[in-house]
Amino acid sequence: MKLGLAIDLDTCVGCHACATACKQWNTSGTIGPLTDTNPYGKDPNGAWLNRIRTFEVDESPLSKTVNMPLSCMHCEDAACVTVCPTGASYKRDEDGIVLIDQDRCMGCNLCAWACPYGARELDPGSGTMKKCTLCVDRIYDEQLPEAERQPACVITCPTNSRVFGDFDDPESEVSKLQKQREGKPLMPELGYNPVNTYLPPREPIERPQGGKVLGKVKQIVNRIIHR
Amino acid sequence: MHPAFSVLIFTVTAGAGYGLLGWLCANELFAWWALSIGMQISIGIIAMVLISIGLSASTWHLANPKNAWRSFSCFRTSWLSREAVFAILLYPIAALYAAAIYFQWDSVGIWAGLCLLFSFIIVFVTAMIYASLKTIRQWHHPLVPILYLLFAAMSGGLAWAFLLAWNGLELGLLIQVLGALVAFTTLTKLSYFWLFKVPGGSSIQTATSFLNQKVRILDAGHSAPSFLNNEFIYDVAKVKLLRMRWLMLSTTFVIPFALLYWLPNALTLAIAFVIMMVGLLTERWLFFAEARHVVRLLHGQQQV
Repeated sequence: MKLGLAIDLDTCVGCHACATACKQWNTSGTIGPLTDTNPYGKDPNGAWLNRIRTFEVDESPLSKTVNMPLSCMHCEDAACVTVCPTGASYKRDEDGIVLIDQDRCMGCNLCAWACPYGARELDPGSGTMKKCTLCVDRIYDEQLPEAERQPACVITCPTNSRVFGDFDDPESEVSKLQKQREGKPLMPELGYNPVNTYLPPREPIERPQGGKVLGKVKQIVNRIIHR
Repeated sequence: MHPAFSVLIFTVTAGAGYGLLGWLCANELFAWWALSIGMQISIGIIAMVLISIGLSASTWHLANPKNAWRSFSCFRTSWLSREAVFAILLYPIAALYAAAIYFQWDSVGIWAGLCLLFSFIIVFVTAMIYASLKTIRQWHHPLVPILYLLFAAMSGGLAWAFLLAWNGLELGLLIQVLGALVAFTTLTKLSYFWLFKVPGGSSIQTATSFLNQKVRILDAGHSAPSFLNNEFIYDVAKVKLLRMRWLMLSTTFVIPFALLYWLPNALTLAIAFVIMMVGLLTERWLFFAEARHVVRLLHGQQQV
């Protein structure tokens, strides 16, 4: 299995719900707590496993706002795993999830340096590295109804912009999405082979204009409605 | 990259220590100077003290040092683990070398050779921790280990020259050799600066997958600096970087070089060594401050 996420840059509205759901689930999950320092003060700081950045792509008038959630890509050639001196960082053979053994980590930061996606953050409380677990303590939990055996970020996303699945299975939704929408990896030139894929925004659809006269009438009507 | 002071102290002090130990061992192998047993052992101890100060400094920056002993476990994959293993292995070998000197064993040459080899390997492996990171263009380059080795040989060599002069030994050709080493290292460091003058490699386009469009950040997603900002986005004014470069070039290279040629006696060599150590700390600070991690692209920098 090659578990990962397909993230739709077309529909993501940048609401940060995935980040907060992630923090909520994982702070009491297997790698928790996710400590915050000074959370209500002037300079809050703390470990988050998912962050959302907003970019402007292309130039006006064609520019588009793109919200880009970034969490661990569960790379196939994960440098964060090979640089780890203690063996705390590891990639599971069975499903490709990259995890950190909190009992082995010595907090040297080298894995965070090796990660190009900023997916690893040092917990200021425990002094150990924290990262996305793909909610490993959730997706295999047979106590949960089957529909809920998904990462917290995926379940919470109000626009279904995050899809979870197995990229090794060509029939899975993520594989189909990746193929249909030409999903792209981030910074492929570094050679880490990230599993997560980013579905680019769709091209704007040409509005059917109808005939010349009908088009004119529509324009007038639109203008009246607009006022 | 954020320059952690403990790491600067570690690489500079331990580097000089490994360099000094290397010169001592090379002298054993090639018999350049005839040193008394006491002097050889004292120089060896000075080198090991420098190394130990450096190694203990390296543990200060660990956020969870109680697990540091586990860092010997991933020798096959991790450069940091290799560094830890070699650094610890050197201690028994150095102790055996000291015993070989003291008891005048026939095998002293073998122990000296091993110490020299280990010193070389440790400095190389330390540099490879940085040079192996593809995420930082300024570090992922063959010049990085070469420079680390040159700096160790240079600073250790200056300490060696001082210790010889202090004990009233004739330096002879050492002055010329050290001068040439300083000059060569200067040229290497200048070519390193020249290589990374212009940003290159990954860009905000490859980081966001919009390869053919202009991309600009609107919002980094957090209102206060996070771990990522503190670690990777260390911004210093260009003027300050330039000043630090001048300070580095003059203290690491120009002043020690001038002192070497002007009047090489114990006092000037000691002064030259201290000044060079300050210079090397500046050099290591620049090595971090000027290194640009690709996470900066996700915070709006166009190219690293």
